[in-house]
Amino acid sequence: MSVLAYLVAVWLFVIGIYGVITSRHLVHLVTCLSVAQSSTYVLLLGIGYRDGGQAPFYSDIETGTPVVDPVVQSLALTDIVVGATVTALLLALAVGAHRRFGSVDPDELTSMHG
Amino acid sequence: MTPRTRAIAGSIALAVLGGVMVVAVFGLEPFGHYPGPYGDLVARIVPDQRQATALVSAITFDVRGFDTLGEEFILFAAVCGAAALLRARRRERGDDAPRPSRPEPSFAARTVGGALVAPVLVLFAYVTLHGHISPGGGFQGGVVGAGALLLAYAAGQTVRLKRGGTMAALEVTEAVGGAAFLALAIGTLVAAGAMLQNDLPLGTAGMLLSAGTIPIGNIAVGVEVAGGVALVLAEFLEHALLEDPE
Repeated sequence: MSVLAYLVAVWLFVIGIYGVITSRHLVHLVTCLSVAQSSTYVLLLGIGYRDGGQAPFYSDIETGTPVVDPVVQSLALTDIVVGATVTALLLALAVGAHRRFGSVDPDELTSMHG
Repeated sequence: MTPRTRAIAGSIALAVLGGVMVVAVFGLEPFGHYPGPYGDLVARIVPDQRQATALVSAITFDVRGFDTLGEEFILFAAVCGAAALLRARRRERGDDAPRPSRPEPSFAARTVGGALVAPVLVLFAYVTLHGHISPGGGFQGGVVGAGALLLAYAAGQTVRLKRGGTMAALEVTEAVGGAAFLALAIGTLVAAGAMLQNDLPLGTAGMLLSAGTIPIGNIAVGVEVAGGVALVLAEFLEHALLEDPE
């Protein structure tokens, strides 16, 4: 099954966005967004994988040994850390919304509509 | 729009989107057949021209260094935003508002938490400093470093997270790390003619002092991430302490 990893990425994205759409709790919403975001890691690392490829570190293996793609690993690693702080920012917004509206249900933040 | 209609409309839209994506992934290279060429080019060029054995760090801080500068500012802005939002609450209550006392941590939490702080800080330094040689680097190391603060908190050692104390120290740590990476970018722009051009002596691959600017970038980002993540955690913990247990 040569596309299973890619299908996992599609599934994570779709189920994450579905959670965002139907969410009744802001913390749940932020977590669903993280699930959708993690699909990009699966997709990137899946594209970069090579059968029999070594980890892209030439400290223990001969230079020139076939390795998996290090570019996608670099993309995923910076995004994991940056994504975690952005999640923290969204959670801080959720705390603020709870303070302002007394609810964490996105449907009850109605005074935002004027 | 009621939640029910929204769920139905969303499901239809997602079914279409998911279907298109499934069709799309069947057009990709089969799993395990990496098409290249960038990863292969980096694997060929970096060990030779940069004396770095860790290709991932070499990409993050050299090949894609300018992009990392942008990511760093996203991180910095997100941390500032989270801290500012959480502080609004503290201003409402006043800095000197009596805070509910926290239950004393258990003996086990105090012992294990306290005993692990120093080893975790050493691990932070190790992972960050060896980023250009082995798996690790500033981003990973920074998160490990922030973990040391959580352990100290679990051990009950940071009761006084007040402004002027721990918070200010964490703010300065984050800012110094961010400024150091910016200084590296501007310094290389002035000295070498291109931003983040690796123009320092490269040394021998596998040595601690090698790979030119890559370990400097690792250290700067490690300090910034450690300060930033620890600051966000401390702000959330402080926020939780302000809430009256009801």
